[in-house]
Amino acid sequence: MKKFLYKNKIITKDLSLFFGEKQVLEKINLNIPEHKVTAIIGPSGCGKSTLLRCINRMNDLIESSHIEGNILLDGRNIYENGADVVNIRRKIGMVFQRPNPFPKSIYNNVVYGLKVKGLRDKKRNTEIVERSLKNSGLWEEVKERLNNSALALSGGQQQRLCIARALAVEPEVILMDEPTSALDPASTLKIEELMGKLKERYTIILVTHNMQQAARVSDFTGFLYLGRLIEFDETSRIFTNPKEKLTENYISGRFG
Amino acid sequence: MRFKRLDEMFGFGMLGLSALLVVLILCVIIFDISAKGLSVINWEFLSGFPREGMTKGGIFPAIVGTIFVTLITTLFSIPLGVCAAIYISEYTREGTLTGIIRAAIRNLAGVPSIVYGLFGVALFVQGFRFGTSVLSAGLTLGLLTLPWIIATSEEALRAVPQSYREGALALGATKWQSIYTNVLPHAIPGILTGSILGLSRAAGETAPILFTGVAFSLPALPGSVFDQFMALPYHLYILSTQHHAIEQVKPLAYGTALVLIVLVFVMNLTAMIFRYRLRKKFQV
Repeated sequence: MKKFLYKNKIITKDLSLFFGEKQVLEKINLNIPEHKVTAIIGPSGCGKSTLLRCINRMNDLIESSHIEGNILLDGRNIYENGADVVNIRRKIGMVFQRPNPFPKSIYNNVVYGLKVKGLRDKKRNTEIVERSLKNSGLWEEVKERLNNSALALSGGQQQRLCIARALAVEPEVILMDEPTSALDPASTLKIEELMGKLKERYTIILVTHNMQQAARVSDFTGFLYLGRLIEFDETSRIFTNPKEKLTENYISGRFG
Repeated sequence: MRFKRLDEMFGFGMLGLSALLVVLILCVIIFDISAKGLSVINWEFLSGFPREGMTKGGIFPAIVGTIFVTLITTLFSIPLGVCAAIYISEYTREGTLTGIIRAAIRNLAGVPSIVYGLFGVALFVQGFRFGTSVLSAGLTLGLLTLPWIIATSEEALRAVPQSYREGALALGATKWQSIYTNVLPHAIPGILTGSILGLSRAAGETAPILFTGVAFSLPALPGSVFDQFMALPYHLYILSTQHHAIEQVKPLAYGTALVLIVLVFVMNLTAMIFRYRLRKKFQV
């Protein structure tokens, strides 16, 4: 694998994943640089969401899943025996494909991660809620109605609320699983701009089926096909001068 | 085209008729019982003890007994049933063992109530030496209600979207935290409705309390859970089949039936109000 002059936040080593007998990921070796947006692209069913869900151990919930290889977060294997899954998920936040606000008030959505962590200091929590909503660009739109139901927000606002909710826990990495696929173009633009800002403080991994989006917002891109990582490089290079024929065919729209 | 429409009308007609028939049966039952029993309902009937070999007086001790025993049943079966349902739906992995547990619960629901009665005698009356008492009867009715509560609770838990669980876990909640704060609140309306329906069935049961605690007639109200009690369904059974002057007490029997139905109806109504309130509260 090519070396870049960045600190790698997350490294996957020969990562394979099986659902029952079926192998979904095949020996993935991926280096995710810190404070960058890394996009993972590929056709539907190539395993990109599954790969993302390995990184915060969300696949643990699927009973038939079984994993081989390692994922290192700052050099430490998150799959080692006795690893604290809850702590890992606090460091690695996630935004889902469909906005999934809890049917609670806006305030209670953002404060949820703090409460389960045992933080009950009301004044401090309120500060964090405000800061998180500001950082996700939602504050101005909701500051008057923090106690209203989150379900009354528009889809784009709900997704930014979910981002704020993830930010409140102060993660180091944010996983985004096709975060704009259920949103309209205007909301998509807002979230893309947000990613550009967030990468200054967080490491972002973005799964997307939208190649233009990957080209617009990411610094690095990995192309995944049938569970294998075909190519990984700087985004500018992947989209202008891919080394693999498969990558070229995919980004030029010959299949997908 | 015309034929097809006739077909359709016939189909809808039959379906509508079936629904109507069900409602009609309920109406006939309520009307019949009201017509024959309403005449005896007065303050003395509701607040007095039976007098003169049950030919006069009221059914107060039976009302109290039924409420008391249902309370014991509630305290026993709801916590136990809901916890079991949470375990089965959230913690076990799908497999043979879960399959067996589920099949066992389903079969438990099919056990005749008289068998529960006998089991209650063996376990609570004799085994635990609770004697024939409110406690024994309440626990026996609890066993009868458990499969119902577990099944409806499990269903309510399953209806909570997976994204609530995943969303909570992704924010660093432990499994129990995600269940307690994010899954359970949304399942509670369903759990309560199912549970109260089960309990209202139990309140009307006769067979399980027959050997475990109900008494023919008592001079005083039960003072503790270890006392015997009178109950509406059993009182009704006595008045309508075991009494020496059956014809004479017939209105009293119908009055008792009416009170029992109203009691069950009030329980169901409570469940509805509860559910409505909770739904509003958690939808915020």
